[in-house]
Order: sequence, then structure tokens, then C-alpha cells
Amino acid sequence: MTKFNAWNVIKNGLNGQSYWTRQWRDPEPKSSYDVVIIGGGLHGLATAYYLAKNHNIKKVAVLEKGWIGGGNAGRNTTIVRSNYMMPGNHEFYEHSLKLWENLSHDLNYNVMFSQRAHVSLFHSPGAKDSVSRIYNIMKLHGTDAELWDLKTLKKKIPHLNYNNSRFPILGAAVQKRAGNARHDAVAWGYARAADTLGVDILQNCEVTGFTRKNGNIESIQTSRGIIKGKKIGFAVAGNTSVLWQMAELGNLPIESHKLQAFVSEAVKPLLDQVVVYGVGGAHFYISQSDKGSMVFGGDLDWYKSYAQRGNLPMVQDVAEAAMAIFPSLGRIRLLRHWAGVMDMTMDGSFFICKTPISNLYLNAGWNYGGFKASPASGWYFADLIANESPHTYVQNHNLERFEKGINIDERGAGPDPKLHG
Amino acid sequence: MIRINCPYCGERDHSEFNYGGDATVKYPSLDSSEKEWTEAIFFRKNIKGFQLETWHHSHGCRMWLVVERSTVTHEIKSVKPCHPDLQKVVENNK
Repeated sequence: MTKFNAWNVIKNGLNGQSYWTRQWRDPEPKSSYDVVIIGGGLHGLATAYYLAKNHNIKKVAVLEKGWIGGGNAGRNTTIVRSNYMMPGNHEFYEHSLKLWENLSHDLNYNVMFSQRAHVSLFHSPGAKDSVSRIYNIMKLHGTDAELWDLKTLKKKIPHLNYNNSRFPILGAAVQKRAGNARHDAVAWGYARAADTLGVDILQNCEVTGFTRKNGNIESIQTSRGIIKGKKIGFAVAGNTSVLWQMAELGNLPIESHKLQAFVSEAVKPLLDQVVVYGVGGAHFYISQSDKGSMVFGGDLDWYKSYAQRGNLPMVQDVAEAAMAIFPSLGRIRLLRHWAGVMDMTMDGSFFICKTPISNLYLNAGWNYGGFKASPASGWYFADLIANESPHTYVQNHNLERFEKGINIDERGAGPDPKLHG
Repeated sequence: MIRINCPYCGERDHSEFNYGGDATVKYPSLDSSEKEWTEAIFFRKNIKGFQLETWHHSHGCRMWLVVERSTVTHEIKSVKPCHPDLQKVVENNK
């Protein structure tokens, strides 16, 4: 695989771009692997990459029922941040952000990570107090966090609606190292880097069943034949319950919900940051892509669904939020909108844990925040699979935390998955 | 838009309703084990296909309904009042 560097760019520029090799192989499945990761999304690919890179486990397959970048990897709003408060979460997401900062170099692939700042508006003294507490906790843990007063905010983002009498803008909580990245490049970058280290990426390979032996999963039935794996990892957020029940493991603290996002036509540079507007139940986040499109999203559709398509009431809701905070967007036209299916968990936090089957490992429950978590998710899931015990950051991100009463509930919303947006 | 045929108000847009959740959850007796309570409160089947779920007609008659709906196509097979006595009343008035 040709490395991306200045020399190769010049060389291929002079040779009609004819010496570039394909980004990753399209191998036939082998009969057995040391580790089989089910799910070729960002988390599955990152896991395979870190298994090979950090733990020298190279006989790894990633099974993807569709194509790389076709699931939730291509259905998000690409926001990366680490403004978490709960123990376990803040260390995890901060490590993820650190991995993002060097990801392009690490993968030899430009993921276009742009640390343009994540700006969370607040609209009441109560909201300011609440967010100050969270951002102070972040600072105590060494994550960057600051508050912008109204004067600073007006200077940085002049065209917000500062005359909103219902929800007046009082300032913003800001994480400057946060930002966004190009989602496709992250998927392709991880796939290419994992493939270079010997990982087999098997696309159009849907899992249809499991064969059990002595309590373990011995082999996986797929649309491309039977594949054996000494260790097996699930990384199929959105469809975790389906696979879990295929393995006859019963229920999970997960419901599948869908989340919509929108892309507008391209406009001239308008917004340099990621802006979040959240009042009452409403929730709206927006950034501008490098092409100039406004990329934005809102809340869940509020009812459980596996359909990868959104419904109209939420389109209206998001449009209303956009107009409330960015009236200048009033005549912008939408190019596309889509919905992704997500694992919403009972406390809003994820699972990287062992399962009742000793050679099966679970990576699931990413709620709203799977994209930003991808590097650390792969890092700690690979660590769990290789070392067979969880790192301290994820030691409570397991299925037993609910019975123990140690839920990791950032929002304090209780056991109702749709409320953990 | 999903259209829900409310037994009291007739067919309405789902934006008049609030989604509740899994209608098959049964809470165990008060002296049941932690395990059973954890299972009832936190663990779900998360069906891909037709499931029984509750909806509240919050911008209509304010009744809680049990809806049998596909989580893949959003097709609705049946809508009934949650309360068994009200189910009987609706049946008798048909």
C-alpha cells in the first residue's frame, strides 16, 4: 500500500497518478482467526487497528454486513469533544480527544480533524451554574474548558440571535480543543491502517448465526461462509440487541432509537465553531463543513425504531431551533438528511465489557456520542480483548452496573433510553 | 408521520402523542430479588419487528394506549387503551 507523503505525491503527480495502490485489500475469508470483530464501523475498525498495533494480534477479521462507511460511520454530525463529568467517562473521552489530535499522523491518512472549538450556549443563570460545575470538574481533571461571557461570544460569533427574548444568550461553555473531523476519512483511514497491519476486512459479510461449543462461541455463520474465531467482539451499535439475541443471551439495557442529521447547500464561510443550543427539551447543534455546507442535527425521534429514516416532526423541530438561534439560515436549502440507528442505553453511557460467554466481548451502547469515542473505543476494546480484563477507565462500563446501582448517568435522566440524548 | 388510530379520538398524527416505552414490562413483587428488579427496570428485549409499546395521547384525550407497531416499517397493527377495563368498554361500544 503506497504511503501518503510528499515524495509519493510528487512522484505520482509526474506519473499520471498511476502508482497508487488500492486502500485496502478485498480478501476471501480465512477459516479461522485469533479475533473476529463483528461490525466494520469506526469502532470495529479502530479495535482491529489497535489489536494489531498495540497488542500485536494480527490474525484479525472485521466482518461488515454492508460496506465500510455505510452505517453510522456515515450517519453522524462528526463532532468531537470531551466535555464529560462522570468518573470513567471524562478520562475515556479525554484520551479519545488526545488520540484524535494525532490521528492523521498515526493512520497516515488525513482525517481533517479541525479543533475549531465546541461552544455550548447557556440561557439562564441556573444553566450557567450547572455548566460551570461540569466545566470546573473538567478543568480539575486536566481537560481544557472555559466560559465565554457575552462580549467574547458576540465577538467570536457575531451572527447568533442575541435578541431572543424567550431564551436570551448569556454566554457559552467552551472547549477549544474540541471540533470535528471528516467521518469518511476516519473510516477509510482506520480500514487502510488496519489492513496494512494484516487485518482482513470482509465486506458484504453478514452474520446469520453462531455455533456454540462448551459454552463458548466456536464459529460464526456468515453470508460468506463459516468463520471461526478464538475471541469474538461485537461492535454493532444500533443492532446490538439483534446480535445479542442471535447468541441467545437474552435482554440488554439498550433500546434502538434513531437520530436525524441534516446538510444544507454550501455557503460562504459563516461559522468557525461547533455551536450547541440546548434549552428545555430542545437540542440543536451546528457546524460548517469544509465544503461550506451547514451540518446540523437535533433530538431523537423519541420513539423506538430500527428504520434508518427520520420522521417529519423532528425536521420541523430542528428547523425551529435553527431559526431561533441562527435567523440568517432562514432561506438556506437542505441538500440531504438522514437518520442513524443508535443503541440508547438505560443511563446514557456505553459498554466495553465481558459477557456471559467467555470468548465474547461487547462494545455497545454509544448513544448520541459514538463518533468522537471511536479512537478510545477501539483502544480500550482492543485492550479488553487482548488482556481479558478491563482497563480502569472502563471497569464500570459493564452490564452489571445497573444491578450494583453504579449507573454512569451524566444527565441524571434515569432508566429511560430516549431521555439520554 | 405515523398515524395512530386512537380509540377515543380517531386517527391522528403521532406528533399529538408521546412515546412511552415497552408495554410488556411487568414489575415483580416488592420482595423480589435485586436481580429480578434490575431485569424489569433496566433490561429490554428491544425487538426488531412488531412490538407492544405505550403511547400517551398528550395533545388529545390524554389516555395511555397500547400500540402494536413495527420498529422497522412503523406499520401499526392495533391500538388499545392500556387499562383493561377501558379495553372492555371500547370493545362493548363497537
